[in-house]
Amino acid sequence: MAAPEPAPARQRRLLSAILEPYLYISPALIIIGLVMFVPLIVGLSYAYREIQLLNPFSGGFVGLANFAQLYGDTRFWRALSNTAWWTFASVSLQFFFGLGLALLLNKSFPGKRLIQAVVFLPWAVPTFLSGLTWAWLFNPVVGPLPHWMSAIGLMDEPVNILSIPSVALWGPIIANVWWGIPFFAITLLAALQSIPNELHEAAAIDGATTWQRFVKVTLPFLAPMIAITVLLRTIWISNFADLIVVMTGGGPADSTQIVASYIFTQAYRRLDFGYASAVATALLALLLLYAVIVLRMRRSLLRAM
Amino acid sequence: MAAVSIDRVHKSYGSVGVLHGVSLEIDDGEFVVLVGPSGCGKSTLLRMIAGLEAINAGDIRIGDRVVNNVAPKDRDIAMVFQNYALYPHMSVSSNMGFSMELRRFAKSMIDSAVGRAAATLGLGELLQRRPRELSGGQRQRVAMGRAIVRQPQVFLFDEPLSNLDAKLRVQMRTEIKALHQELKTTAVYVTHDQVEAMTMADRIVVMHGGIMQQVGPPLEVYDRPANKFVAGFIGSPAMNFFDGVVAANGAGRYVAMGGDVRLPIPDNSRAEVGRRVTYGVRPESIRIDADDAGSVPASVEVIEPTGLSTLVYSKVADALVCTFTMERPDLERGQPIRLAPDLARVHVFDADSGERL
Amino acid sequence: MVGHYGALALYVLFALFPLYWLLKISVTPNSLLYTEGITMWPSVTTWENYRFVLLQSDFPAFFKNSVIVSLGTAAIVTVLAAATGYAFSRFQFTGKTLVMFVLLLTQMFPLVMLIAPIFRLMVPLGLTDNLTGLIVVYVAFNTPFAAFLMQSFFDGIPRELEEAAMIDGCTRLTALRRVILPLTLPGMGATLGFVFTAAWSELLFALMLINSTDAMTFPVGLLTFVSKFSVDFGQMMAAGVLALVPACLFFAFIQRYLIQGLTAGAVKG
Repeated sequence: MAAPEPAPARQRRLLSAILEPYLYISPALIIIGLVMFVPLIVGLSYAYREIQLLNPFSGGFVGLANFAQLYGDTRFWRALSNTAWWTFASVSLQFFFGLGLALLLNKSFPGKRLIQAVVFLPWAVPTFLSGLTWAWLFNPVVGPLPHWMSAIGLMDEPVNILSIPSVALWGPIIANVWWGIPFFAITLLAALQSIPNELHEAAAIDGATTWQRFVKVTLPFLAPMIAITVLLRTIWISNFADLIVVMTGGGPADSTQIVASYIFTQAYRRLDFGYASAVATALLALLLLYAVIVLRMRRSLLRAM
Repeated sequence: MAAVSIDRVHKSYGSVGVLHGVSLEIDDGEFVVLVGPSGCGKSTLLRMIAGLEAINAGDIRIGDRVVNNVAPKDRDIAMVFQNYALYPHMSVSSNMGFSMELRRFAKSMIDSAVGRAAATLGLGELLQRRPRELSGGQRQRVAMGRAIVRQPQVFLFDEPLSNLDAKLRVQMRTEIKALHQELKTTAVYVTHDQVEAMTMADRIVVMHGGIMQQVGPPLEVYDRPANKFVAGFIGSPAMNFFDGVVAANGAGRYVAMGGDVRLPIPDNSRAEVGRRVTYGVRPESIRIDADDAGSVPASVEVIEPTGLSTLVYSKVADALVCTFTMERPDLERGQPIRLAPDLARVHVFDADSGERL
Repeated sequence: MVGHYGALALYVLFALFPLYWLLKISVTPNSLLYTEGITMWPSVTTWENYRFVLLQSDFPAFFKNSVIVSLGTAAIVTVLAAATGYAFSRFQFTGKTLVMFVLLLTQMFPLVMLIAPIFRLMVPLGLTDNLTGLIVVYVAFNTPFAAFLMQSFFDGIPRELEEAAMIDGCTRLTALRRVILPLTLPGMGATLGFVFTAAWSELLFALMLINSTDAMTFPVGLLTFVSKFSVDFGQMMAAGVLALVPACLFFAFIQRYLIQGLTAGAVKG
């Protein structure tokens, strides 16, 4: 019989084995905690205080005053309805065109690699730059779009749609669609490629047409991926203020202001952090509500299947 | 080279027990095969010997040293993995010499050790290739070479042949056995393939449900299976089983099945009258068309000639029975025959515990 | 087949046209802007706008700031994310699910709502109006996604390789250095490129945290330039083309790995 190993050595080995993973994750967790979660909590508390950077006497608790102001703020309600339209139009157009592109790319043909690299290129363009580029394209001085639109009779004379309140939001939406199609295309393409070929072959042998195969085989297979991608994308786009800040700054007359850009305007231009945080709290609550509803719907759909 | 001693070893993941008190003494130079269906704990046991899994209770000794808390690198072992685990970014020779390089051997010594192993395994031409440029069989050889260069106390094999095609598997089986006879290093070999176990092992360890079912030389395990599980797992085609109750008449004891079929029991069996049992007999221990007193009626269902031999499947009462014969019997489907089990090679197991009676 | 190529041609046209236009205006002489602003190609081209942007404007400084911030962020994030992804991939530990859920959560909540508190918290620390503060913020924002990306690369390396190395004589750390890291290099490169691109593009926090021209990154500089001298289209677009170059280079490098990372379950724009 050999002597058993002394207990302390065993304990040390166990302890270091338990602590090791935490050692690896802690640097990331610490910085994420400090820069994201602490400000999140602080930000939520700002919503109940009066914090205006330009007013040295501000900082006191005001209870629900910011929320009361929010309730009566027509600009906020306007921004909210703009957010809904901005998000819905962007996500559905991005999805529709992204799916089309993914289907086109989901077969092999000469020149595929090059074409794929080119059509995915917009995603690499920094968002501020895609905003600026499209703003310039809509500008009648240097951009062709107003001239084309007037040529086909969409407008009487070449003007900048970004300066027409009734249609200005279409400017950022188009830029967003241009920039976001590759994301959906890449995600859906990856999902498409995971569909076993036998499924299509079996359906083809069973006599299904291309359209029937798409509806009966492809779509059901993609459905879970589509659901989660659309959910995440919806939340992400409703928060996505860069394009609007760059292209219109929320104008003209708040016609393109979404809640996220409104928060940025309140914090950045007016330095009213208390009110900005109240708006942000409201936005967060709405997004959580949305996520819960979608996940509920998804679950009941899954149960029905 | 060293003996390996496994003493009441337990392993569980959370509340799920994987090994329930396994004890096994492996002699110096012995080739032991752990065999069992997937999930029986054989790989876990091997990985515990390697130091890749912690031991919850009990001791493992290599030589006379308890290695429970010794890091894998200090156990002086070598392991061949199922997927070979060759380092993709290193050449064949670097793969094989890696363990010596880590121990800071001189370049010339590494080269000569790698060269010797490569010559043994016929890898001489491939030393500068990367693993992805090799075929499955070549990768398998490199993995073996890496283990040999290490000159370990113990070789561990974790299903090393299961990714090869059938023909290569048979060839490598022979090579590994020949290699062991040359090197005489203690080897522990895990497989789910009972043919591999039978052909290669000095001793077979049959495992099931985290418990060792039987330990012994291959033919002993084959001829005297300790319980119904071992009897059914070892041997291909598998042993025939019939459920029934022990009864007796003037000629001796028999097992009564439905349809008034009576299967004779050898006199030395411990199965007493009235006990519910499982009656087991291997396909090659049944003779067809015999007029023995103990023969039972059957009707032919399927005939499978392999050239070398013939498998005849027939129905006895409701049970399908496989019979193996080296002849080429002239039978057709539906034909009535009589089957006679070889009394000396009949196994009787308790119907509840599965233990040999 | 004709329809297939036709549809693809429309996508290619839609994807490339805005970028083509950016390039076209940037080489159009100012004098021709109003007469030939909307023709498909100017009758005379000039490099004057590029010369001005590179030699006579603040853009080289903006460019340098952006490179410092983006490279710094990418390097730090890659190290943090590699460590975190390694732990996620190779260890089972208490709280792992919770930590992963929290990291996923950070991908969901509105970053705009952090603008005000982060600004307030960073003023007393002296982290506003300088590049260090920006790097700190970007590191935190980019680490969660990068960690999932790295995890997917580590998951792609069979565990047996590490085990074989440990039996061959490595400690866990030597196995990491000699076997795992060499195999993860392409993945680390992809993560580096991804984070670089993200940091290169970020606008809102840079706009909020940076005031002085010395510390402006490219997006902030370009936007400031636009709002101050919004008539000099040629120069702005030349600057835009220059800003596009590094992002596109990195994108070309990482594209192959992005599909892999995205299918691994982490989804972000």
